[in-house]
Amino acid sequence: MIMIGALVAVCATLVWRRDGMSGVLEILTSDLTLFGGILPRVLAGCLLGAFITEILPHEKVSRSLGPSSGLKGLLIGTAFGAILPGGPFTAYPVAAALLTVGADFGATIAMVVSWTLIGYGRAVAWELPILGTDFTLWRIVISLPIPVLAGALGRFVYVRMYPKGSPS
Amino acid sequence: MSVSTLIIDVTLWGSVLVLGFIAFKRGRVVLTSSLREGTMDFINIVPRIALGVIGSGYIAAVIPQEIITGWLGPNSGWLGVLTAVIAGAATPGGPVVGFSIGAVALKSGGGAPQVVAYVIAWALFAFQRLILWEIPFMPARFVWFRAAVSVPFPFLAAAIAMAIGKP
Repeated sequence: MIMIGALVAVCATLVWRRDGMSGVLEILTSDLTLFGGILPRVLAGCLLGAFITEILPHEKVSRSLGPSSGLKGLLIGTAFGAILPGGPFTAYPVAAALLTVGADFGATIAMVVSWTLIGYGRAVAWELPILGTDFTLWRIVISLPIPVLAGALGRFVYVRMYPKGSPS
Repeated sequence: MSVSTLIIDVTLWGSVLVLGFIAFKRGRVVLTSSLREGTMDFINIVPRIALGVIGSGYIAAVIPQEIITGWLGPNSGWLGVLTAVIAGAATPGGPVVGFSIGAVALKSGGGAPQVVAYVIAWALFAFQRLILWEIPFMPARFVWFRAAVSVPFPFLAAAIAMAIGKP
């Protein structure tokens, strides 16, 4: 946070030296507009995350995501990651909870990768306004197979790294 | 506001309402505690987003565009993809920074497969996010394992983008 703040300050100073105060203000105005547009979606995402954490039957989810859940488990993980809203504040705690209650690395990888690559939260809030609809939609289409493949690769490597099960 | 963003906004708030109703059916306590939880998350996250969104414009403004064009240009081929993947892993900052750099790269003549590889590499294993966000929440062993397993996939995505000629 502090590092990023410092980086931003340095960059803003560079812009000021290059383009003067008007350059700094121009970027500030456009970024503030963007920020104002994003805020309601962030609130919606946070509320969704809180509801899901409250009402989701964690035990049932973990049963379908265990090491022997096969392709189905990877697909469930992918679907779950894709619909899971909110920022890292919800995705990573939920992923950690899944690991704790019995999901394996493969299904959890599928979930986290799906959340980052095809989850609509990030795409809607940030990628769509910044990179445009055309690029974003194609990028997501291209990404569709990746969560399952990453989860499968994760399982494949995991059982060879830890043939006797989890070391911890 | 375009139609697609409107649809997505409606879907987003629609799901909030549906889930809120389910929570309400479970009891008033469930509803109020999740509302409180969600609002606290929101309050916590706003400063980070403010810094990311407002800061990224400045970061993107000082990145020399010629360098990106040369490295990630349409003729940069697989070397460009490799550069894009390394750049994605090294990109600091929140959600906005990586997308902004991707947008700058596209606007200044970057090749689509290279930019796709950049965005996906950054989404999958930006080093700063692994340290700042993932490690605090999840077992470190899992985080590094997941990052290592993810390495082939930006290349795969670039190959698909080259094959289908999109975006």
